[in-house]
Amino acid sequence: MHQLNPNSWVDLYADYLFNYAVARVSDAEIAKDLVQETFFAGLRSAKNFEGNAAERTWLIAILKRKVIDHYRKINSNKGKAEVRLSYSSNSDSDGDWLEEQVADPQSVLENDAIENEELGLAIQECISKLPKKQSMVFTMKTIQGIETDDICKELDINPSNLWVMIHRARTALMDCLNKNWF
Amino acid sequence: MISCEEATAICNKKQYNEATSWQKITLWFHVLLCRACSQFTKKNTKLTSLFEKANLHSLSENEKEQLKKQLENKF
Repeated sequence: MHQLNPNSWVDLYADYLFNYAVARVSDAEIAKDLVQETFFAGLRSAKNFEGNAAERTWLIAILKRKVIDHYRKINSNKGKAEVRLSYSSNSDSDGDWLEEQVADPQSVLENDAIENEELGLAIQECISKLPKKQSMVFTMKTIQGIETDDICKELDINPSNLWVMIHRARTALMDCLNKNWF
Repeated sequence: MISCEEATAICNKKQYNEATSWQKITLWFHVLLCRACSQFTKKNTKLTSLFEKANLHSLSENEKEQLKKQLENKF
């Protein structure tokens, strides 16, 4: 039986949920709001958490609902959902078969996008297993691309501390991603 | 020749484009002769390419702090 631990939610799951949301709404501000709403909804319904699922799985399930709600809202703002009756918007292609409009399971582009998202979530999961300060330094340096000097100033560490933490983080991530991605 | 420790440090900096040309040359030379560092360099470079491929996003520390405060208020 798992227990909920809202105090550590932001450190453990914020970036994971944020990546998931950005991939779906492609707008960082909206994605951030959705993550926030997810945490609030998680708190509100904490009573209903049965402890069968891991916290993260449970939060992702809430976030999924939030993403759907978000698209519903946009749609109703427009007045009504757009309904197209003709199966193809291009009238020149009269007579083409519906099969041709179906997503191509072999599509390199789509499969790449799906794989890259899985990779992104796998990386975020591994990052969340790092010690707090390591993950902070690593994220600032690698994902946010902040200059070494600026990170040192902000966290009050010296560059050699920073590189030691980067090294530890990178080796830990290699191990963590090893099975599936190397 | 530089030590393995130095080679590792340069290799890490190289992942963030912070190694000088001379450092890169000494690393290259070290890697030619040192199997362990050669493997580490390959893995480390691959890791960088995985990060690029994954198109990672994260909230800034400020945003996370704000989020924490808001959560605490509701808790």
